[in-house]
Amino acid sequence: MLSITCPVCGPRDEDEFVFGGDASAARPADPHTLDDQAWTDFLYRRDNPAGAHEELWFHRFGCRRWLRVRRDTRTHAILAAPRLAEDSGTP
Amino acid sequence: MAQPYSLTALLRHAFSGHRTWPAAWRAPEPKAAYDVVIIGGGGHGLAAAYYLAKNHGITNVAVLEKGWIGGGNTARNTTIIRSNYQQDGNALFYEHSVKLWEGLSQDLNFNVMFSPRGMINLYHTPADRDAWVRRYNSMRLNGIDAAVLNTAEIAALVPDLDLAAGSRHPVLGGVIQRRAGVARHDAVAWGFARAADRRGVDIIQNCAVTGIIREGGRVVGVDTTRGRILAPKIASCVAGNSSRVAEMVGLRLPIESHLLQAMVTEPVKPFLDVVVSSGAHRVYVSQTDKGEVLIGGRLDGYNSYSQRGSLPVIEEIAAGAAALLPRLKRLRLMRSWAGLVDMTMDGSAIISRTPVEGFYFNGGWCYGGFKATPASGWCFAHLIATDGPHPLIERHRLDRFTSGHTINERGAGPSPHLH
Repeated sequence: MLSITCPVCGPRDEDEFVFGGDASAARPADPHTLDDQAWTDFLYRRDNPAGAHEELWFHRFGCRRWLRVRRDTRTHAILAAPRLAEDSGTP
Repeated sequence: MAQPYSLTALLRHAFSGHRTWPAAWRAPEPKAAYDVVIIGGGGHGLAAAYYLAKNHGITNVAVLEKGWIGGGNTARNTTIIRSNYQQDGNALFYEHSVKLWEGLSQDLNFNVMFSPRGMINLYHTPADRDAWVRRYNSMRLNGIDAAVLNTAEIAALVPDLDLAAGSRHPVLGGVIQRRAGVARHDAVAWGFARAADRRGVDIIQNCAVTGIIREGGRVVGVDTTRGRILAPKIASCVAGNSSRVAEMVGLRLPIESHLLQAMVTEPVKPFLDVVVSSGAHRVYVSQTDKGEVLIGGRLDGYNSYSQRGSLPVIEEIAAGAAALLPRLKRLRLMRSWAGLVDMTMDGSAIISRTPVEGFYFNGGWCYGGFKATPASGWCFAHLIATDGPHPLIERHRLDRFTSGHTINERGAGPSPHLH
């Protein structure tokens, strides 16, 4: 069971949250200028690290804000205090 | 070479108290070079080695396993075998797999305990029914056995199922694939290992690949914890660790590693002789030969390499199983475990050549790799031997994500945790 410390609501159990995937996949500013390989890189390809992973979580049963969380995928330890996604440059 | 298992062998060894059976496979030292090196000694890797030897006569093959064979996802699944797929590409591939399962014990001379006991998928709403009936109609068009059941027929097959109209998710009916079933997971790994070994394949355990050597854009060998092994063809069958091995040749895959949990109750007398699955409860239930009730469910839902699941998901899965089969409420859970599943961006597998010459990739089996084991090995061996895709896996190319030809059974977008 993860305990995620929401910057708005405080520490909450993982089942209040919905996982939103890899936060490092940043949407390109102008998709029309990309070739197929660059678009595939953004849309489909992931580093999928065994270790530190930047990811998005949605606080569904709380403040309903998107968080950016840095978590170790081997131990599930949360490596840094989660921030609101809008405060961390995540679109 | 070990003698085939037979009634006469059984009788002969009875005279020596069964103390002189030879080892089922050798434990060879790795040679300096092979024609093909397969990374990953799970069901898929061992099956690929077996069919390379049997179908293509390529026997100078090593299977490298970092732990013990069949100790990864082969030992962490729920052993369901079925071919109830709708999409072109998937349907006939999985049907080929079921057909191979039907003759596998005889082919391998090893009892994999395939038990085609049938699998029922329940539907709980009219929309649910339309989707399932459409899928099972499409299976019939593909020549795959499929039937629709009403609640009376379901009650006859699963007397303990809660069919009360007032339940949280009332059962409106179901679909069945009668040739679906289960098999013994260890026997699958051991059977393929023994059969491959008998044809000359070297199975090398406790041998982790630490790097892949490339020269001029193509692979030439691997570095391992047991030294350097050269081979012009390197084939990856490492499921949840696919991204790690692909990284060794500079590839980023359309894959995320996730957790899928399953659990068993204490063993009880036989009461359930089909597999029952419910999308509304997100759970499926069968009873093992030992009497345990085997329960599987959904992904934990976030990236992980831990092989340890989370308790809220266990609670949800157990609650779903108890809602379907109320008598389970009085049983205690005995064990739970999590497999490290390689979820692709469209929910379908990849068997493909790659942009790196000589590096072949088999993975992305999501939560359904066990049933695919024989056909996966069959088709992967064909790809490795001929450098061209077997007709059954022409659509399972790695570059389908770039060309737009994804195979998306679920209809979810590029979010692996939703497939």
